[in-house]
Amino acid sequence: MTAVGADLTLRHPVERLSLDNGLRVVLAPDRSVPVVAVTVFYDVGMRNEPEGRTGFAHLFEHVMFQGSAHVPKMEHARLVQAAGGTFNGSTHQDYTNYYEALPAEALERALFLEADRMAAPAITEENLRNQIDVVKEEIRVNVLNRPYGAFPWLQLPQIAFESFANTHDGYGSFVDLESSTVADATDFFSRYYAPGNAVLCIGGDLDVAQTERLVRRWFGPVEARDVPPTPHTGEPSPTTVRRDVVEDRLAPAPAVALGWRVPDPVGDLDTYLGTVLLAELLSEGDASRLERRLVHDDRLAVAQSSYVGLFGDPFDVRDATLLTTQVHHPAAVPVDDVLAAVHDEIGRVAGEGVTAEELARVQARAGAQLLRQADSVLGRTLAFGAAELVHGRAELAGELAARLAAVTPDQVQAAARGLDPGTAAVLELRATGGAR
Amino acid sequence: MSAPVLDLDLIPPLGEPRPQPVPEVATTTLPSGLDVVVVPRPGVPLVELRLRVPFAAGTPRGAAQHTARASVLSGAVLLGTAQHDATGIAQALQGHGAELTVAADPDRLLFSTTLLAEGLAPVLGVLAEVLTAAAYPADRVEAERDRVAERIAIARSQPGVIARSALAARRYGAHPYAAQLPAPELVGKVGAAALRRLHRERVLPAGSTLVLVGDLDAAAATDAVAAALGEWTGEGTAVGAPPAPTLAPGHLEVVDRPGAVQSNIRLGGPAPGRTDPDLPAVRLAGMVFGGYFSSRLVENIRERRGYSYSPRSAVDHLAAASSFLVEADVATEVTGPAFLETWAELGRMALAPVTEAELDAARRYVLGSMALSTATHAGLASTLSALAGSGLSAEWLAEHQRALAEVTVDQVQEAARRYLAPAALTGVVVGDAERVTDALRALGPVDVTASAAADPA
Repeated sequence: MTAVGADLTLRHPVERLSLDNGLRVVLAPDRSVPVVAVTVFYDVGMRNEPEGRTGFAHLFEHVMFQGSAHVPKMEHARLVQAAGGTFNGSTHQDYTNYYEALPAEALERALFLEADRMAAPAITEENLRNQIDVVKEEIRVNVLNRPYGAFPWLQLPQIAFESFANTHDGYGSFVDLESSTVADATDFFSRYYAPGNAVLCIGGDLDVAQTERLVRRWFGPVEARDVPPTPHTGEPSPTTVRRDVVEDRLAPAPAVALGWRVPDPVGDLDTYLGTVLLAELLSEGDASRLERRLVHDDRLAVAQSSYVGLFGDPFDVRDATLLTTQVHHPAAVPVDDVLAAVHDEIGRVAGEGVTAEELARVQARAGAQLLRQADSVLGRTLAFGAAELVHGRAELAGELAARLAAVTPDQVQAAARGLDPGTAAVLELRATGGAR
Repeated sequence: MSAPVLDLDLIPPLGEPRPQPVPEVATTTLPSGLDVVVVPRPGVPLVELRLRVPFAAGTPRGAAQHTARASVLSGAVLLGTAQHDATGIAQALQGHGAELTVAADPDRLLFSTTLLAEGLAPVLGVLAEVLTAAAYPADRVEAERDRVAERIAIARSQPGVIARSALAARRYGAHPYAAQLPAPELVGKVGAAALRRLHRERVLPAGSTLVLVGDLDAAAATDAVAAALGEWTGEGTAVGAPPAPTLAPGHLEVVDRPGAVQSNIRLGGPAPGRTDPDLPAVRLAGMVFGGYFSSRLVENIRERRGYSYSPRSAVDHLAAASSFLVEADVATEVTGPAFLETWAELGRMALAPVTEAELDAARRYVLGSMALSTATHAGLASTLSALAGSGLSAEWLAEHQRALAEVTVDQVQEAARRYLAPAALTGVVVGDAERVTDALRALGPVDVTASAAADPA
């Protein structure tokens, strides 16, 4: 009745080359639709920011759209969009990416644009000041002017981790953002945006030999620079409960988040995959353990979710990371009742294990979601690029559904034993302002 | 470094476009009146399912209660059937990679899921069970209704929701489209018996459309639907929304949200519907104004002045009304200047021609993004389901693309004059009234109201 045993491996060929300047290149051709995706991943993210420069990786991502040696301001967008393409960029904990999805005939134009800003982005005082203002508006939209805006992604790491790399606000304080200078941006670019610190991943409707020629033409001349060592962001596992309370004057109802340290996503991938499926088993859909217990049976919660990785993608992070369980509950329900029920459900998995039938259902659902992401040329290309940068193997992205399907009930039980109530970070959000 | 100048000789030219694959769409109407649309597509071994059931309020007077009931029904329909409880339903789907979600809006109920291709027949079986034998167990319905009321309270604390609700109330008056979110007190009165009756009377195959896109065979999939959903019958046919009024724009409304660090500017007015020959020109005018990053609004209030992170405009279609909408979230201290610039860019659109280059760029972007958004199983399924809601088929996509290709600068200006002129738009600003109203009054009359979300849920 289930898909276990079905072949869930994505068989896209992956070709790899590297240029003399150190740029790693991954090509993932698939000519079924006339769309191509061009993605560039730089090995620098929020965790690389120095003290006093919180939010700088994200601010610099914005600066990368301000033009480059041969591209005036606004023209990056115009050249992509007037070709019928879309573009964006995003800053993650361990990397920053830039991408375009375009009709296949615009491939070379996208390569030109990415190579031009890899060589020389337009880092000017005017552009920097403008984008500091834009980033402050982004933070107001997503954090300051809405209820639950920082919850829990900016607040939970502060108690879940110890090091500055893992605890600081990756969106940035206004003080740090406003005091950023052109010299900071130039240094940051010089240090982290070297071609040898980047992966170029191109997927979709492309001819491998011709694309390789175009890549060499446009990226070959970008000057090589020293590549910084990958920083160590792992931490010793916590041995105690850490608990804190935040107040949200815009929120109409309380919430609580629990975070547990999980195995190293890269160094211990097999064990980590058990944790990824545990999160699905706990929280994905009406059949999940916590949805049934908290929402339907005990009626303690309005909504619940569990996920691995700060932004919910378990495969785009290095160590250290968390499994987070987040619960929105009515004010009339004491938070300790919620916590007790969560620990009890995880304890049941840890003590009794899970049946092969239940796990097979969870695997079928998780596999379908991975395949769905891979159905879009851009989604697939981003997954290949992230796997190459984080795991050193683009092919892993195509194998993940099959790898998850091979996880055993014992691995999920072991993962649940790792979610010890005695080592959780617990963050309560109290609604202090009422509806407004 | 000095500011670069664009040297067009340096920019790699675009190659020859490759033809877009044209989807082969098989459409059948079952004896029950259900339309079945099946599209085989290469790609991942998945199928995307969308069942659209028209579900508009029958009358304006009954709209508030209908909206409240629909908001509970969309969760409660999955709480159990004659044969299975909620967990049993979810487990039967999960084993095939599926998770059914049901969403209500002013026009329809939409049942959606992804599924592994091998699971089509069993997933259709579960869908049939939900459609024909949803039990609405009383105690579970009561719990669901309480959760819905809590979720509405949370939604109404979001400034974007407050702004959208205020604009809809201004634009639609007594029409059902005015109520974006149901009133919590009406939600609190929804009972199981009312839901069973609503389901019996309104969850009907006649007028509904089931779309399946993905790794499947058209004939076999259509047979599977006929076999699984043969028992889903019912008296009557679907009800659409009554025609929506076009109300005069009136004064700018400031919805007070004391202490807000940002103001949410929203402007909206009528736009041509999907079959109106004016639509292609209005879409392109909207793109040039604020429809994408390369637009005038983004260049002005984001990239030049840093007032806003994501200013935007869009044409939005409901079954009985289409809209041109403008949105910008701006810092409290620049609310007046940001509103002025937005207003001025709309005025420029209405009074001065766009350039050929602006029109060509917008056209290529719209055509390209239509191709991208229908290049996945999920994107194509959602697009076809939305078109079905307007009584249109996949052919509309090709017709619309041809029409977009022919729009001229003159037509764009004519369209902008009629639909983008600031005087044609209703305006709402959600923000700290004490700090923003004086500046806005410099531009025209302003009415200040208390936040709709201020009453305790």
